[in-house]
Amino acid sequence: MAAVHDDHAHGHGHGHEHGHDDHAHGPPKGMMRWLTTTNHKDIGTMYLWFSFSMFIVGGLMAFGIRAELFQPGMQLMTPEFFNSLTTNHGLIMVFGAIMPAFVGFANWQVPMMIGAPDMAFARMNNWSFWLLPPAALLLVAAFFVPGGAGAGGWTFYPPLSVQMGMGMDMMIFAVHILGASSIMGSINIITTILNMRAPGMTLMKMPLFVWTWLITAYLLVLVMPVLAGTVTMLLTDRHFGTNFFNAAGGGDPIMFQHIFWFFGHPEVYIMILPAFGIVSEILPTFSRKPLFGYSSMVYATASIAILSCVVWAHHMFTVGMPVTAQLFFMYATMLIAVPTGVKVFNWTATMWQGSMSFETPMLFAIGFIFLFTIGGFSGVVCAVVPVDIQVQETYYVIAHFHYVLVSGSLFALFGGVYYWLPKWTGHMYDESLGKLHFWMSMVFFNVTFFVQHFLGLAGMPRRVPDYALQFADFNMISSIGAFGFGLSQLIFLAAVVKCIRGGKKAEAKPWEGATTLEWDLPSPAPYHSWVTPPVVK
Amino acid sequence: MSVVQANTTMMKKLLIVSVAMFGFGFALIPLYEKICEVAGVNNLLNADTLTGNVQVDTSRWLTVELDANTRGLPWQFKPMQASVRIHPGELVEVMYEVRNNSDREVAGQAIPSYSPQLLAQHLKKLECFCFTRQVLKPNEVRQMPVQFMIEPSLPDDVRVMTISYTFFELSNDLVDTGGKAKPI
Ligand code: HEM
Ligand SMILES: [Cu+2]
Repeated sequence: MAAVHDDHAHGHGHGHEHGHDDHAHGPPKGMMRWLTTTNHKDIGTMYLWFSFSMFIVGGLMAFGIRAELFQPGMQLMTPEFFNSLTTNHGLIMVFGAIMPAFVGFANWQVPMMIGAPDMAFARMNNWSFWLLPPAALLLVAAFFVPGGAGAGGWTFYPPLSVQMGMGMDMMIFAVHILGASSIMGSINIITTILNMRAPGMTLMKMPLFVWTWLITAYLLVLVMPVLAGTVTMLLTDRHFGTNFFNAAGGGDPIMFQHIFWFFGHPEVYIMILPAFGIVSEILPTFSRKPLFGYSSMVYATASIAILSCVVWAHHMFTVGMPVTAQLFFMYATMLIAVPTGVKVFNWTATMWQGSMSFETPMLFAIGFIFLFTIGGFSGVVCAVVPVDIQVQETYYVIAHFHYVLVSGSLFALFGGVYYWLPKWTGHMYDESLGKLHFWMSMVFFNVTFFVQHFLGLAGMPRRVPDYALQFADFNMISSIGAFGFGLSQLIFLAAVVKCIRGGKKAEAKPWEGATTLEWDLPSPAPYHSWVTPPVVK
Repeated sequence: MSVVQANTTMMKKLLIVSVAMFGFGFALIPLYEKICEVAGVNNLLNADTLTGNVQVDTSRWLTVELDANTRGLPWQFKPMQASVRIHPGELVEVMYEVRNNSDREVAGQAIPSYSPQLLAQHLKKLECFCFTRQVLKPNEVRQMPVQFMIEPSLPDDVRVMTISYTFFELSNDLVDTGGKAKPI
């Protein structure tokens, strides 16, 4: 109760009802709580733990990949198994780790940040989550069926994806399920944001994290069904005699690439826009200044989302497109760098002359800006057709997208976890563990992936289990970095577990520069929050 | 309108959008074919026509290697000669032979593939067995021509190239969802 009164003092004026509520409908105990819960915080927690366990599974696969690539020659596994590892590493990290983590954040934060009592469709929210474990099980179980797990790349390109064994069918079903879950989650998030904001919370007063999720959710509703459609076509090509992608019946495997990337490029922005949102919350807090250029941030996010739908063919510059098409996609891709640049500028300007302090969330946010920008630049390099014809399907592309996805999306997620842990658990995390986690991740990340730029430029192809001798040194460096990076994540686990079990009591607003609504609630946030909406002035 | 009602309306709208986008994925297929047709890429089943007078460039020799494959049908398929030496601009005819080794009637469609890729832009085919499906009676043998010309605009550094065909079986239960190769 004490915390609740604290909350009262912070000003929304309904603390007492909350306290009462909390007692009346606290969570049921045991397993049933998690199976049946419709509480946005419980579901958020489950999403985050699910995502972390998939991060470990995908990480173990990466471990296998880098172990095989430690030296030239074939040491540990068959080439088929190696290809299964690269394929499923990509698929699991994208659909199992990064995306559910952001949905977990949305569940926890969106209602608290807009002053809503819960998500709009609480029951559907529970279903969206519980679809995930069966999908994950399908992906992992595929390793144990005859023929092994899918091995044609996370992008499902035919003809391989039409030819492979039943592991591929399991992969396709898993994607169907994950897609359904994402669409349900997005419908929930859009409806919550549009219909359930507290009085006075106009769209242009929404925290940027909420804005970026609103736009991301729209993207998901637009492109996830297209992915579902295209893998359905694969499935009917495999089993029901259709010939969408089968050259035999007049189908066209290149067409698959067009449809896949029509989903795939917006998908990469689905994985980065909420990260932009998290960083846009952290930076003002620890710079003790409002976000620079709030409305330009909103417009930049929206224009990135729109542009992202017309650049897909930059993933296929070498398929033999007409030159006019290549030029169109090249310029459209470069155009995306403009709103992205606006964002980087605004973040830098937010820090400019701020009264900055460097707690772990801030470190991750700054690390994000540095490294994401490097990834953005290598993206622009890839967008230049004559250059991309050289680097397509090489390690240069691998380096590019790990700079935007690991040091982009993942770093933002780490930053967000440290930032909101005090609100979620009621305890402060261990700052020195957090900082250790950051610095280890920062160093080992660059050791792993920076050298891959060189490998790619020198012509090392991706998705190969063995390589020519001249690539040996950089591969060994990269593998050492990868092992270090993987082990560093145990520090993260330790920091989170330690914070859940205890630690310094967190105040309602542990960060003095924070301004958004969730900090008006006590820490830990009560099971039911904003039952009576706050009034935003 | 209560929040619950507003939410349900919103959900319905978004579900309609999702279903529409699922359909859009399928609609991309005819759209893609239309675009390829308009842009003149990928028209595997239409004969080219020669416009105007093409000068034969006798100063250059090109080696065209002929390749033949089958996939999933009981046919033996081979070119009558492994390669031909020709000049750019010259109209040539080569022969392929296909034999049905089974005792059932089989329909097949040949799909071409060129190497290097840019050959596709400079290759004009006036006649080809790949423009239509081929139906072979049990144990039937058939010789089939390809009549083509390689334009003198082909870059100088390309001297050796490959024209390859793969025969695929077209069976009754094939659903035509792709190009214009019609099932039986
Ligand atoms: C300024 C922004 C960006 C530009 C100009 C850009 C450009 C490109 C280009 C041209 C490629 C194709 C390279 C090739 O295959 O040869 C590519 C690949 C890729 N990009 Fe980006 N990109 C940008 C940002 C991002 C972001 C923010 C993400 C994700 C968070 C991302 C994720 C990826 C992925 C996953 C691939 C490789 C997919 C694959 O082939 O498996 N990119 N990017
Ligand atoms: Cu892209």
